[in-house]
Amino acid sequence: MGPPGLVMYEDEFNQISVVLEKLVKDSNSRMVFLVDKNGQLIAAAGETENLDTTSLASLTAGNIAATGGLAKLLGEKEFSILFHEGERDNLHINLIGQRVILVVIFDDRSTLGLVRLRVKKCSEELGHIFDRLMKKAETEAAVGTASPFAEITDDDIENLFRE
Amino acid sequence: MSFINYSSREINCKLVYYGPGLGGKTTNLQYIFEKTNPQARGKMISLATETERTLFFDFLPLSLGTIRGFRVRFHLYTVPGQVFYDASRKLILKGADGVVFVADSQEERVEANIESIENMVVHLKEHGYDPDKIPMVIQYNKRDLPNASPMEELRKLLNPKGLIDFEAIATKGDGVFDTLKSVAKLVLQELKSGK
Repeated sequence: MGPPGLVMYEDEFNQISVVLEKLVKDSNSRMVFLVDKNGQLIAAAGETENLDTTSLASLTAGNIAATGGLAKLLGEKEFSILFHEGERDNLHINLIGQRVILVVIFDDRSTLGLVRLRVKKCSEELGHIFDRLMKKAETEAAVGTASPFAEITDDDIENLFRE
Repeated sequence: MSFINYSSREINCKLVYYGPGLGGKTTNLQYIFEKTNPQARGKMISLATETERTLFFDFLPLSLGTIRGFRVRFHLYTVPGQVFYDASRKLILKGADGVVFVADSQEERVEANIESIENMVVHLKEHGYDPDKIPMVIQYNKRDLPNASPMEELRKLLNPKGLIDFEAIATKGDGVFDTLKSVAKLVLQELKSGK
């Protein structure tokens, strides 16, 4: 059909969550999100309760996609870091590998310099986790581990749409 | 591109509504938003111009229920239909698991429909998709207008391969949910087959 999808396993999700929680603390930020380039929220940490994280993930991915388009027009490979300054909150967005987007929302309890410093280290750790994740997914596929879809029947799909 | 999260037991898929400008893509999403239980949907985001023409995309997240213990969520996107937003259309189409082509049934929009379908095929190929294999349905919108082309003519021009198609009047909601359910089923069946 097209490029294969992203698969997140529990172990790797827990590792990612630990890294994100640490980033929130170390960078004094309000919240941190990890978003797939297609706009799916992967993980979040910090003060996320009152935020529409679904919309945030989609808009962030759109932002990165549009900026990526601009980069190509200018002959750049990509603009891997974006920074938006607000009156109260600021947004730091960076690409990790070619697959995921790290979003840090911080206010005047932190600084851009501190966020950039902590994000740099965190990006390396997350990059390694995603490398392992990709390899694990390839291994599982090669071994023939059944996906959750394998057991789904046509009736299951029909029942989803039954009113 | 689907996202399976074993940790949160969620399956997330992306559907893209494609088609010529003012064909009814945004209207489809607006109707779905209005008629879906608020528990089963999120906020609709519309990045549009002052005259309400889609500038970048519309976005609507839907929860369809659970299947084998996994919550099934679909993210619906529309592309901007106006010709000069081609670069944006290509970006939004990336990662699509399924496509709805919303055709404008009006006689004078035949060329626009054909151009849009050809444009979509080009972008799909550039993203590495096989346009003949991606789950896709066709919607012939604006069937209520007096200048709507006959269905046989539209099918011959826009659907020579005989994909599942629906007549629709998106402003009234006719055909909107049938279209959505059909493409969602195709996407899930495709994922089930593991291709």
